Formats: sequence, structure tokens, C-alpha cells
Amino acid sequence: MAAAAAVVAESLAGYRARAARAVLEQVVLPGEELLLPEQEDGEGPGGTGERPLRLNAGARSRGRVVCGPGLRRCGDRLLVTKCGRLRHKEPGSGSGGGVYWVDSQQKRYVPVKGDHVIGIVTAKSGDIFKVDVGGSEPASLSYLAFEGATKRNRPNVQVGDLIYGQFVVANKDMEPEMVCIDSCGRACGMGVIGQDGLLFKVTLGLIRRLLAPDCEILQEVGKLYPLEIVFGMNGRIWVKAKTIQQTLILANILEACEHMTADQRKQIFSRLAES
Amino acid sequence: MEGTMQTETTIRAESGIESGPRGPSCSLRHFACEQNLLSRPDGSASFLQGDTSVLAGVYGPAEVKVSKEIFNKATLEVTLRPKIGLPGVAEKSRERLIRNTCEAVVLGALHPRTSITVVLQVVSDAGSLLACCLNAACMALVDAGVPMRALFCGVTCALDSDGTLLLDPTAKQEKEARAVLTFALDSVERKLLMSTTKGLYSDAELQQCLAAAQAASQHVFRFYRESLQRRYSKS
Repeated sequence: MAAAAAVVAESLAGYRARAARAVLEQVVLPGEELLLPEQEDGEGPGGTGERPLRLNAGARSRGRVVCGPGLRRCGDRLLVTKCGRLRHKEPGSGSGGGVYWVDSQQKRYVPVKGDHVIGIVTAKSGDIFKVDVGGSEPASLSYLAFEGATKRNRPNVQVGDLIYGQFVVANKDMEPEMVCIDSCGRACGMGVIGQDGLLFKVTLGLIRRLLAPDCEILQEVGKLYPLEIVFGMNGRIWVKAKTIQQTLILANILEACEHMTADQRKQIFSRLAES
Repeated sequence: MEGTMQTETTIRAESGIESGPRGPSCSLRHFACEQNLLSRPDGSASFLQGDTSVLAGVYGPAEVKVSKEIFNKATLEVTLRPKIGLPGVAEKSRERLIRNTCEAVVLGALHPRTSITVVLQVVSDAGSLLACCLNAACMALVDAGVPMRALFCGVTCALDSDGTLLLDPTAKQEKEARAVLTFALDSVERKLLMSTTKGLYSDAELQQCLAAAQAASQHVFRFYRESLQRRYSKS
């Protein structure tokens, strides 16, 4: 009995909060507690001694820490809620703080304000369209939220059309709302996606990887065939090349990128470039 | 305590059943887990404990029926499908136990008015089925990226007629046992989330089983960590 208790105590000690800096780029699991750099020296593991009360405790000398997806705050503790790799982005100015988030490989999309997504129009009702974006409820899209649309001049949108748009309202308590114009009223590439082409789904992690500024995959794909491609943050990719065959090849490559290493990918690309 | 677990291991070694995966101090059967093996659900996992195998799929946060909508949190549904035939009363009772456990750890308030559905399919039952279902459900929820307070695991203990404690019993051992106890434990504080028992046991024996389950949960959580790290090592 005593032995078992000791084992449990030991395991609890092993589960103590780890410093966020020490686990960067490592896999974190739900329930883990992370310590921010400023907490490390003050109240490191075990050292929850009384700290002198500071008047300007609110004035942050080290910069602000932002909690991204997969993390939550509970009091002054930082807890992990999703499994994935912990990432960090330094803030633009100064040291310390910055954004921490968990990069997970999930398939289900949850609308986020400002995300560009590909939706499918499922219904037209009066002056709004219902758009399926893969979230828990369809997003609404006003017929006036298109470039050059007025009450007289309605955009030509049919049920079943693909829409590339941006979220202006997206929170857990409200119906998400999309628009196909930017704040200046210009389309900026958004709107109804043309005929033909192929729509397919990948995981959200792959989309984020493809949209990263220094993505090699996209450059390699671009060298292969001339193509038109649209990435939605909701895991949908629309691609169109000159022929159906080329479109299918591109779709298969992008889908396969999920599980390939950089070397495997280069091999396949060189083989395709030869043929 | 330590002594009983030692003898237990030797009994298993004699009867030819695979001994625990991690040294002689752990008498759990061999684990195996595969994640993301189904393409349609948002998260899936298959969990093996010895010859017991359960396949789990998670859908969510997805659209919810208006009748089941809860305005301030996600609706959690668990469906357990037996290997043969239609689900009966036993399955319904297990579903409820699994749902209550999941509800304790899933942060449903982050996705109000949505549904999180867990579908469990029994592939083969060779004892400790409920524990295996709990483990499969946890791995599938993690795979789907559902926000959770902590991880959880299920551990089954069996008490023999002479009071010997068996962890992770096989179907035969379960049948011969005087009492079978299943616990669900969380990964942060190792506290009890759910317990279900069958048979006769004393107060002290319950405490003894719980301590053994807590010790065993450590191995399960270590296995979780290893298998998740392997999964994320690819990218």
C-alpha cells in the first residue's frame, strides 16, 4: 500500500508544470501546465514563496503573452487543452512575451474571425445566403457583401456554388458571418469560384503548412504545371489546371504531402517533372 | 501489495499470456494504439489491451439537433456498438458511464450549441472491455482535437475468491473473480472520475484496488504520451 502511494507521489512530481521555453516545438498533452518565462525565476517548481507585493505588477515589463489555440488561462496558470506541438512567436518589439499556441492535426474546422475559407452555398433565403464552411453551423453571407453589389444589382450566386470569403463575425455564441469584400469594398480575389476545378479536403495542419510564407511545396507545385489554386483555412483546397488529368495529379500530390518527408516529396516531384 | 502484484505476474507468465509491457512491476496486458485510421470521422483511434480491441470515432464539434441543443455547452453523445447484434441494456449502461467520464474532462463550454459524438465499436472482447472503451474514447477525443481539461484512462481490477488482486483481467479471470471494479482516472491529479463495481468486496479492498489502479494509470498515461509523440514525430 505504502509502495503504491509512493509511486503515485513520484508520478505527480513528474507531472509538475514545465517551463514553456523548455518544451517549445515538443509535443504537449491536454492537462499539462506551462510556466511562462517570468514565472520561471519567481515561482519556479516548488518555490511558491511569498513574493513582495508590487504596485506596478500590472505594468508589464516583459511584454504581453498571448494565448493561442490549444491553450487556456486559469487564474495565472497556463494550461494545455489540445495535443500537438507547442509553438512560439516572438513579438515584433522587445524580448519576452509573444504568442504561444499548440499546432495540432485536427480535421474539424472552428470558425475564426479574419480567416479566409471556401464555403458551399446551401440555401438562398431572402437577402442572405447560407454557406457551409465545415463548422458546427452554416455561416451567413449577405448578398450586399460582394464587390459592386447593390440592392438593384444582385450578385449571381446559385445554390451549390463555391464561395471564397472571409469571416467578419466568428465567435462561439453567434452565427458566423462571411463577406466577400475587404474593408475598402474590393473583392481582393474573394467571391464566387468559377466553374470546373476540383475541391478536396485535407487536414487543417496541412493547410497551415501550405500557407506558411516559406512553403517549399507550393513553389515546387508551381513549377510542375500552370495552375489556379485556392486554399481555405477550413481545410478545403480548390485546384484547376489545364486538363483534368493535371488537376487530378495536383490534387493527389497535395493530399499525399500530409504524410511525406521532404526527401520523399522531392523524389516524387523530380519523377513527375521527367514524365 | 507489491507481493500480490509480483505473484500475479508469474501466474500470467506460466499461463502463456503476454506479460506486462513494461517490466515485472506492471501487470497490465500489452497495449497498442493507432490513431487517425478512419478517414470520415474527425478523430479516430483503435485501442488494444491484450486481445480486447475497441475502435472509436469522434465527430465534433458538429451540428446539433435542436431538441438536443444545450445553450451553454456542447452536447456529448456516446454510442457503443457490440460486436454482434443490437446494443442492449448493458451497452446503454456502459455508454452512460463513458459519457459521464468524457463530460468531466471535455471543455464543452468552449463550443456551445454543438454536438460531440463518440462512437465505439467493440472489435473483440477478451476482458476489461469498459477500460479499453475508455482508453479508445480518450485517444479518439485527443485525435479529434476536442479541448480537454486532462486526459483520462480506464483500469479494471478483479478480486479473486482468496482476495488476490488482478489488474486488467481477461474474460476468464473476470468470470472467476469475486468482484470486478473499473475506475476512470484523470491525468493531472490522478483523481477518480468514474467507478463501477460488480460483486462483493470490503472497504479496504476497494482502497487497495484504487491504489493499484492509480499506479497502473501511470503506465497507461506514459503509453499515451509515447504513442502521441510517435504520431507527431512524422510532421
